Amino acid sequence: MIKRFWQTLKRGIAEENPVLVLALGLCPTLAVTTSAFNGLGMSVAFTFVILGSNIIVSLIRNWVPKRIRIPVYITVIASFVTIVKLFMAAFTPTLQQNLGIYVPLIVVNCIILGRAEAFASRHGIRDSIADALGMSVGFTWVLVTLGGVREILGQGTFFGLNILGSGYNPTLLMILPPGAFLTIGVMIAIMQHLRQRG
Amino acid sequence: MATKLMVIAVSAILINNFVLTRFLGLCPYLGVSKRLDSALGMSMAVTFVMTLASAITWLIWQFLLLPTESNLIYQVAKLFGFEATPAAFDLTYLETISFILVIASFVQFVEMVIQKISPTLYSSLGIFLPLITTNCAILGVAELNTITYHYNFLESVVHGFCAGIGFTLALLLMAGIRERLEVANIPKALKGLPLAFIIAGLMSLSFLGFTGLSFVKGG
Repeated sequence: MIKRFWQTLKRGIAEENPVLVLALGLCPTLAVTTSAFNGLGMSVAFTFVILGSNIIVSLIRNWVPKRIRIPVYITVIASFVTIVKLFMAAFTPTLQQNLGIYVPLIVVNCIILGRAEAFASRHGIRDSIADALGMSVGFTWVLVTLGGVREILGQGTFFGLNILGSGYNPTLLMILPPGAFLTIGVMIAIMQHLRQRG
Repeated sequence: MATKLMVIAVSAILINNFVLTRFLGLCPYLGVSKRLDSALGMSMAVTFVMTLASAITWLIWQFLLLPTESNLIYQVAKLFGFEATPAAFDLTYLETISFILVIASFVQFVEMVIQKISPTLYSSLGIFLPLITTNCAILGVAELNTITYHYNFLESVVHGFCAGIGFTLALLLMAGIRERLEVANIPKALKGLPLAFIIAGLMSLSFLGFTGLSFVKGG
């Protein structure tokens, strides 16, 4: 049981990493990662939504008629997104402001709908939770790394802490949209290189 | 009025290009940009759906969700003699759910209509339509129209249409470049996605140049 759990987790982190290998959920990945903190905030919201939707979809999988399953899943996901949105507005308004329209856009994050359709609708609740956690860990490390690289190069800070000293001249480009494209391109290239070699 | 629309148009196509500066609609951008003709089909479908979805979601926002005098639910309640203020009908928190459901059913509807009316159009656009439902650009334009910018009806529709044109521009440029890349000799690790991202980065860099465009009345 524990072993299978670890396997699922490992799959999410590396072999089937939702962002770097499957290239899903790219919009939030690139848009919000101007800093490591924003990346982490988005990951937490993502984790809550995919965990909730995987659990619910797995529970109702035997009652949902096949032909209307996608609208049903979308409704489930949208409900969890609304919960996250209201929660953020109430408790972390700064984060809500930083993430902007990308919070409601978690609804159309293809990873979540993809896992509901491909995994949770066919597996029991324990496997679905493990799958959601695996995907979340994979998503989180990519977002925090991406946000970290962009924040360090673009502002000289990491989670708001100044680490490169005042002598560092920030590369503003890394915070702007091109920086996101270039960084993720390099990250995927490294991932592909490691996979081809390994 | 005309100036404002012009500003919205230029801003949606060039300055805040949906793909290159807002990162909306990246999945189809990378998924169907391998060939020029499929890229053209996809972008036509996206522009079409985006324009109409902007109109529909604006109407829903204005007449069903916002707590104003013109809220239809409030009107009906008043008709039946309920004593209530419009504020009691504040449904703005349902915006995400209602928008995505409306967009999903609308796309399904468009697919059926096209299939019925024009089989030729269906064979070229049909396969892209189901993909559009989960295209974040559509929900994104709806959210931007209502929550972020508070556009009126005409402005929303123009914004939706021009965002689609911006998407088309970015997608066609990308498809043209990627068709040439097919025959180029590139390092193995960069093949496919990584190089596509780096190209997108360079395109985004050049689009940053449009940020310098400024308008008298600001956009």
